[in-house]
Amino acid sequence: MAQSKVRSQVRSNFGYRRHADQDRAGAEISEYPVVVIGAGPVGLSLAIDLAQRGQRVVLLDDADRIGEGSRAICFSKRSLEFWDRLGIGQRMVDKGVVWSVGKIFHGASQLYQFDLLPEQGHKRPAFINLQQFYAEAYLVDRVGELPAIDLRWRNRVTGLEQRNDCAILTIDTPEGPYRIGAAYVVACDGARSTLRQMVGAEFAGQVFEDQFLIADVKMTAEFPTERWFWFDPPFHAGRSALLHKQPDDIWRIDLQLNRDADPVEEKRPENVRPRIARMLGHDEFEFEWISLYKFQCRRMNKFIHGRVIFAGDAAHQVSPFGARGANSGLEDAENLAWKLDRVLKKQSPAGLLESYHIERSAAADENICESTRSTDFMAPATRQEARLRKAVLSLAKETEFGKRMVNGGRLSVPSVYDSPLSTNDRDEWRGGVRPGASMADAPLTTPAGEIEYLTDAFSKGGSRFTLLEFANAAAVDPPDGVEVIRIGGDGGLHDSVGMASARYDACPGSVYLLRPDGYVAARFRGPRQSTIGAALARAAGNN
Amino acid sequence: MALSTRSNFPRPDDAFRAVVEAHRGLSDEQSADLDAALVLILANHIGELDVLNEAIALAKQRMLEASQQQQQQQ
Repeated sequence: MAQSKVRSQVRSNFGYRRHADQDRAGAEISEYPVVVIGAGPVGLSLAIDLAQRGQRVVLLDDADRIGEGSRAICFSKRSLEFWDRLGIGQRMVDKGVVWSVGKIFHGASQLYQFDLLPEQGHKRPAFINLQQFYAEAYLVDRVGELPAIDLRWRNRVTGLEQRNDCAILTIDTPEGPYRIGAAYVVACDGARSTLRQMVGAEFAGQVFEDQFLIADVKMTAEFPTERWFWFDPPFHAGRSALLHKQPDDIWRIDLQLNRDADPVEEKRPENVRPRIARMLGHDEFEFEWISLYKFQCRRMNKFIHGRVIFAGDAAHQVSPFGARGANSGLEDAENLAWKLDRVLKKQSPAGLLESYHIERSAAADENICESTRSTDFMAPATRQEARLRKAVLSLAKETEFGKRMVNGGRLSVPSVYDSPLSTNDRDEWRGGVRPGASMADAPLTTPAGEIEYLTDAFSKGGSRFTLLEFANAAAVDPPDGVEVIRIGGDGGLHDSVGMASARYDACPGSVYLLRPDGYVAARFRGPRQSTIGAALARAAGNN
Repeated sequence: MALSTRSNFPRPDDAFRAVVEAHRGLSDEQSADLDAALVLILANHIGELDVLNEAIALAKQRMLEASQQQQQQQ
C-alpha cells in the first residue's frame, strides 16, 4: 500500500554525495554559522530564508528522499505569504487547490458553513491544499538555486557536543562519520527529534486514545472545493468524518474510529473500501495512501538549549484538526530566521533569540489549546461530555450561538505575540493591526498605475525592518538600514480602493514599524524620529 | 459584573416550578439532555465568562459539600 502514483510526478530521490568536510578531523573540522537538521518544510524554508539574508547554511537530512504520503495538506495564508518572500509562493498556489469555505454537517443535514476569508483585497487565499511532498519538492528546487545552502542527504546526526561558543556535530554517512562545528544548530527533525533526545529535553503533554484513519483516494467527481466535516454521518454512524480536495483529483478522507479498533484490520483496503464507498455514494476510486494514527499534543519546555534551537514538530506537536502542525512550524521558521541572521551579523545581541522562545512557545500553547478543544469535541471523553456536545449540535440547527460552539476544527491563524519586542500603543487606534500581530495585506496602486499588494511591496524591500508610512506632507526620515513603504504623497504607492487605510486605521501621518518577519512591532500617529528609533531598538533586542 | 446571588425573581416559586415542570414525565436520560441544553442556553444569555466561572465554582462547591454530607450520614 501507500506507493503513491501521484508522487512520481516530482523528483523525490536525491543521491548522497561526499563532501570535503568528511576529510577533515580534529582541530581542522569546518565551522559554519548555521547547521539546520531536517529537510522537511520547516528546515527547508528556514534554510532558504537564512540564505536569502546572506547566511551560509548547511542543511542535513538522514534520508535521501522526500517524505512519503501526503501528510500535511492545508497551507495557510500566512504560510503562503512567507513562501512568497522565499520566491516559491506562486508555484505552490498554482499547483494547490484554493479554498476558503467549510461546511459542517450533523447526520444527513448541513448545520452551517463558514468562510475563512470573506473579504476581497488579499493577494493570497485563506488556504491552499497541497500534498506535503509537492511543497517539499518545490522547496528543494528553490534550495538548488541558492549556492549559500549546502544540502547534504543521508547525513545523520549521531552526536552533539555543546561548547560555549559553538556546537560540534558528529554526522554519520554511507562512507562513515565526520564532524563539523556550528555557531547555531536548528533542529527541525520532526516529532521524533534525535536532537531533542541528545539535549535530554522532556516532551510532555497529552496522548489521545482515539484512532483516526486517513485515506487519500483518487477519483474524478464533481464535489465543491470546500472542507466538509460531519458529526455522526449516515455513512459512519456515531463518529466524525472529514472530506477535503487536493490537487490531481486526490481527496483526503479522515474517519474517526472506535478506540478499540484493531489497527491492522482497519487499514486493510478491503475494510476501508466499503466505508468510503458509503461516504462517496459510489465505488469508483483508487487508494493513494492509507494510514491510521493516534495523536498527541505536547511541547518542549524551552525551545532553546544552549547552541541548539528547536522548531516545528521537534519543538511542539498538535492534533491535525486545524492545520496547525506544518503552518505553525513555518511560522517558527519565519520568526527565527531574521533573529538568527541579526545575531550572527552582530547587529543584535544573542538575547534576541530568547524572544523566539517567548513568542513561539506561546503560539505553541495556543495551537495545542485549540487543537485539544477540537479533539475533545470530536471525541467526548465521558457520557456527560457527549451529552453537552449533543446539546450543542441540536441547538446549532436553530441558534447562532449553537453554531459558533460546534467545533469541527478551528483553522490555523497566526498568533498575536505578547512580546518584549513590541512597543505598546500610546496613540488612539480604533482597530488596525496591533503590535505583535502579523501585517494585513491590501492592494495598492503603483505610480505606473499597476496593482501591487502590500505583502509584495514588503518582500521587494528585502523583508527587513520597514516603516509603513501613510504620508502627510513631510516624509519620515528612516533610521539606517530600514526600508520605507510610502502610501500616498508624491511618488508613493496609492491606496486607490482605501483598503490599506481601513485595515490599518490610518490617517496621514500614521506610521507602522514592521519587523523582518512581517509582524507589527510598533505604530504611531505622527511620531518623532527618536520615537521610531526607540521602537526599532526594542524590536531588534538592542534596548 | 459579578455573579448575582440576590433573589432576582419577584415570585421565586414560579421560577423553581417552571424548571421542575420542564422535567416532569421525562426519563433520567431525557432530563439530563434537557439540563445540558438549558445550561448552554442560559450561559450564552449571560454572555460573561467571569460570571459563568463563578456560577460553576459555586455549583461545584455546593455539590461537593452535599455529597460529603450524604456520605457522613450513611
